Amino acid sequence: MERTEAELIAAVLKGDAASFEPLVQKYSPRVFATARRYARRESEVEDIAQEVWLKAFSKLQSFRSEAPFEHWLMRMTVRTCYDFLRGHQRNRESSFSELSEPETDWLERFVADPGSAAEDADAAKLLVGRLLEKLSPPARLVITLLEIEDRSVKEIAELTGWSVALVKVRAFRARGEMRKILAKMARDKYL
Amino acid sequence: MNLADLQTKLIAAARADVPGDQVPYAFEKRVTVLLAARVAPDNLALWVRGLWRAAVSCVAVTLLFGAWAVLNPTTSSTTGDLSQNFESTLLASVDQSDQAQ
Repeated sequence: MERTEAELIAAVLKGDAASFEPLVQKYSPRVFATARRYARRESEVEDIAQEVWLKAFSKLQSFRSEAPFEHWLMRMTVRTCYDFLRGHQRNRESSFSELSEPETDWLERFVADPGSAAEDADAAKLLVGRLLEKLSPPARLVITLLEIEDRSVKEIAELTGWSVALVKVRAFRARGEMRKILAKMARDKYL
Repeated sequence: MNLADLQTKLIAAARADVPGDQVPYAFEKRVTVLLAARVAPDNLALWVRGLWRAAVSCVAVTLLFGAWAVLNPTTSSTTGDLSQNFESTLLASVDQSDQAQ
């Protein structure tokens, strides 16, 4: 008979580490999908996921069963991704003059006729990836959660551990930061 | 270039790019192995186990000595009870000095 989530967690807390495996199996797809929003290389994604599960195991005693395990785990995942962003800021210094040919083509098409540049084009995805990499860690996190994943301010506050007011302030600053980067890109490319 | 439009377009591009949720093969096994290696020893459990072992050996020693005492009663060379023996030992020097006079 398959054990429930609560039974598995209780068994892990009693010292049965093997009972953690079904939880890892069930929730890893969500952890990986979240990590892929913030890390590009697959090795980095795997490191984040591994870190999330090691943290989840060591902090399982702090899990209160009133809320679903998934919510608790996703909070830990988002915070681990944020730590990863803070530790990997190397790409923020690169210039937009290094844009690939498809990215340049897509931008030129956008300049000529904004409607003709498809947003599902690979070049647009590459370009937005480049843009997100240039944002500061809090700006990238808040833009990803608020604009890309379409979460509410309250949800973001719960996921990140920031206050609602801080999320609003960081969202405001993040939009400003994004506009500044786009303006710089336009200057680098077209002036 | 309209930057606001570009920003909207790029955000839409990011929304359209939903990341995959595939997990590497046997990832959960790898995590379990890592966890097994990292499980910290429970100090309280170690203490309790040690104390139980000590208690069992103490009981065993007590039983052995008890059995030995019951099965092999001491053969006292002196007669009389303990109080008499104690008194004669204590007064032995007085008796010796009396005999010398």
